[in-house]
Formats: sequence, C-alpha cells, structure tokens
Amino acid sequence: MADQGFPIEASHVMMFARSIGDSNPIYYDAEYAATTEPGTIIAPPTFERASSQFREHGLRPDNDPKRQAERREAAAKAAAEAAGESGAAPRGPGGSGLHAEQHYEYHQPMRVGEVLTSTTTPGKRWEKEGRRAGKLVFSDTVTEWRNQQGELVITARGVSVRTERPVES
Amino acid sequence: MALQRSDLKEGVQFEQVVVENLSRIQIVMYSGASGDYNFLHNDEVAATAAGYPSVFAHGMLTMGVTSRMLTDTVGDGRLTKFGGRFTSQVWPGDTLTAKATVGAVREEDGVHLVDLVVSTVNQKDVEVFGGYATARIDP
Repeated sequence: MADQGFPIEASHVMMFARSIGDSNPIYYDAEYAATTEPGTIIAPPTFERASSQFREHGLRPDNDPKRQAERREAAAKAAAEAAGESGAAPRGPGGSGLHAEQHYEYHQPMRVGEVLTSTTTPGKRWEKEGRRAGKLVFSDTVTEWRNQQGELVITARGVSVRTERPVES
Repeated sequence: MALQRSDLKEGVQFEQVVVENLSRIQIVMYSGASGDYNFLHNDEVAATAAGYPSVFAHGMLTMGVTSRMLTDTVGDGRLTKFGGRFTSQVWPGDTLTAKATVGAVREEDGVHLVDLVVSTVNQKDVEVFGGYATARIDP
C-alpha cells in the first residue's frame, strides 16, 4: 500500500470529528457545508494525523495470522543470530517513544474528495537531560502534503521524544 | 461566524470545555479514527506493565479537542497556523478546558490575521497542551 496517498474520505472525517467530540456539521453534512465559506465538507485541523491509516507501516498491529507467524520466525532468527554473536540476548530501550510537539501550517482546507500526497524530510536530532524521565532524545520530521493539482495543502512538523523511564505526570 | 477585526482586543480570552470526564471509550474512538494504536493508549494491562498507572490519551487527541475551541472561535477553514507542545499527560477521568488569548491583530500582504496564545488545562489547572494559532479574520 505504499504511495497510495491520503484520501480525504467523508466517513473517515465523520468518525475523526466524533472522536474529538466535535459535532460541527461541516464535518459530515454536505448540504450544510455547501452554505459555509469553505463550501464543502472539510476535515478538522488535526486530521493529518489520520494519514497513519494509509501508511504501509502505520501505528497499528498487523492482524493477519500468516504475516504474524512470518514476523515471529524472523524475530526469533534475528534474536538467535544476535545471541550467537554477543553471547547474550539483545536488550531494548527501557523507556518509550512519545509525541512531544506538533506544528501545522494550513495553506488551504483539507477537502473531502481530495487525495493528498506527501514528501517527508527527516529533520534534526537532539538530546536533553529530563528531571522526570532521564535522558531525552528528540527528533523532528517535516511533512508537506499536496493535492492532485500539486498545490500545498498542509505542512506538518512533528517532534518525538524517546525517554529512559516512563513519565507519569 | 468569522471574527471581525473590531471584536478583537489584545488580551481577550476565549475558552471552552472540550472534554468532560475523559472516557477510555473516547480514547479508543480516537485510536480507531486516527489509526494510532500504540498500546500505551489502548491496552491498560500492557500500559500498567510498562510502568504507567493506566492508559492515557494520545497527545493528538488533546490537540484535536483543542482545535474544536479554535474552529468554534475563528470559524471554519480560517486557521493558518496551529501548533504547540504536549506538556503533561491526559488520563481517563480528566476534564479539559481549552483557552485562546488574543495576541497581535495584524495585516500581512493585505490579509487580516489574529495571533492567539493557546493553552489547554486539566481540572487541576495543569497545562496539558501549550501553543499558538493564527487565523484569518474579517477586516
């Protein structure tokens, strides 16, 4: 499913708006939307996040039992090879990855019916000593989304942070 | 629906309760709609085993509910910028209030704009999201 783009679809926009508790009819009612300034159903400002649904390695489990079995075998093989080389099983990081910042620039609304395509530039990587979570490793990415006419629709910059320990507040 | 330049004075604040008593179900709905199924938001058993007291909301769910206050305030399709930092975690049971404070009211290439300072706080008045937004306004 690589490169199929991010289709802005009506029922997806409706479900997303429900999940953020926003009952504005511009997100689901085409007749109402036609009377508004945008003139059509648009997506809420943070809908770009839902593009994860259309990425090949999105933020979701793969529920296909065949592929799950293949991955288990590959992981077991890799672990066995790593143990053979170093004499010990590899250890993962103690903490976890969290979303630290998100920035959007809107050039025009995301309109239902459009298919957006993206170009992503991996950005900087930096470290900081945190009081609550130990060493923090930050990294950012900038993604530009364009419509089928090649016009810029939205520019997204995300910052993620990997922590040493869980953060509880 | 859109803001008029004459309505806006620096320091004027808009605010709205955007989540009341956050349910785990709403977190699940956001996972399903956004496609972000990170176990820390979806699997209480695994989140607890990882050292957290329970599941917690996606940062983007907090930003998403905050956007509702903004679009209700500035109108649909009017935002030109919206961003910020996730400053504290949001847990089931939390009530969130999103606030926007008017900063500069300005003109750029003939377009009238308002800059807003955005802050979303929980029921203990702890900021969970802090950032900014810019929107087009009517002259």
